[in-house]
Amino acid sequence: MIKTDVVIIGAGPTGLFCAHQLGIIGLKCEIVDNLDKIGGQCIELYPDKPIYDIPAVPECTGEELTNNLIEQIKPFNFNFHLSDRVQQLKNENNKWLVKTLNGKEFETPNVVIAGGVGSFEPRKFPTKSAEKYDGKSVLYSIKDKTIFKDKSVVIFGGGDSALDWAIELSNSSKVTLVHRRDEFRGAPASVQKIKELSDNKTIDLITKYSIKDVKGNGSLESVEIKSETGESKVLKADYVLGFFGLIMQLGPIAEWGLNLDKKTIPVNTENFETNKKGIFAIGDICTYPGKLKLILSGFHEGALAARGCFKYARPDEKYRFEFTTASSTIKDRLGVKE
Amino acid sequence: MAKIKYIEFNGKEHEVDVPNGMSVMEGAVRSDIPGIDADCGGGMSCATCHVYINDDEWLKKLPEKEMGEDDMLDQAFEPKSNSRLSCQLIVSDDLDGLTVHMPEKQV
Repeated sequence: MIKTDVVIIGAGPTGLFCAHQLGIIGLKCEIVDNLDKIGGQCIELYPDKPIYDIPAVPECTGEELTNNLIEQIKPFNFNFHLSDRVQQLKNENNKWLVKTLNGKEFETPNVVIAGGVGSFEPRKFPTKSAEKYDGKSVLYSIKDKTIFKDKSVVIFGGGDSALDWAIELSNSSKVTLVHRRDEFRGAPASVQKIKELSDNKTIDLITKYSIKDVKGNGSLESVEIKSETGESKVLKADYVLGFFGLIMQLGPIAEWGLNLDKKTIPVNTENFETNKKGIFAIGDICTYPGKLKLILSGFHEGALAARGCFKYARPDEKYRFEFTTASSTIKDRLGVKE
Repeated sequence: MAKIKYIEFNGKEHEVDVPNGMSVMEGAVRSDIPGIDADCGGGMSCATCHVYINDDEWLKKLPEKEMGEDDMLDQAFEPKSNSRLSCQLIVSDDLDGLTVHMPEKQV
């Protein structure tokens, strides 16, 4: 059991800056994120895309923004718990007991939900029949590529994951790449390579088709694909891989008894507390009149939520507002030498 | 102003007046029409405001897809060649009478 002042759910920009604000006012926190890296949507959806509306930063990419935020909270040495997901929140004696999927447990007076639009999960095939083979021969990520050796592998998708794996596996497997249109969104060099591999018949490339059904008798045997004009083909398949990007699912957050408005959590704009005492929501996941889903709004929300956390973490102390430019206490916390 | 008809996957129809300048997505969200999620808020950064334009004439008449829309649609639930992201369809008088069909689900 880890005891802390605040558990932050979500390591996107909003969660990171809230951690900074907690550090500044002298609180400890632990940060949990479902992804295997820090940065949330910034790093998962647009690491290379420039952002133009961070105050005083005319232009930066999602990756640069993330790296700078990580740098900014370094002095506080907060722990990150990546590739893990908060599963359960339970109130006991005015403390929140937080349990994760990997079995970690925290005791804290405050939980800050900075979960974006929920956790990222791979988009799966729409076909019901694929569920039966999910995790066995129908896969959405690859952990061990040796299982594909000398097998027939049908890959669906047009982005970098689909192209990279088609190229990689073409060395040792019989690869078919199926995509719903002629254009690919992957890196130009990968698209070029795929076309070469297709031209010299190393892989089969089928465009303007999508999945219709998977068939097997115990183990997977084939996959049926369809075009929009109604034609269909059956391809032999030992494995079917789908790379359609990630979708965001609210997941367990919906089960914690919080008021919900569609997929967002209503908060008050004084300290971004939800209907549950000690549970705060900031960033894309919170809603209030006038809410903007901007990173800068998330920063503001995190700063105020941090002060809200102070009240429960240090009930006997009075929070005193200080500027980083003037406060020697803050400079000590930041490890700044004067 | 344009009258836009939204048809849910189950066939339920909603007809609303959407002011010029608003997106077809916003027209649905502010009238609480189910079937369009718009997780990212209209930034072409998710694919949860996905609709089908079943009428060929309308499909041709709509403004062409910007770069990136098809990339996002690759990641939608059951995209087809008549798929559009409704956040990219900005309403003007020209869109009066447009009908969009919702997919079975967004995520």
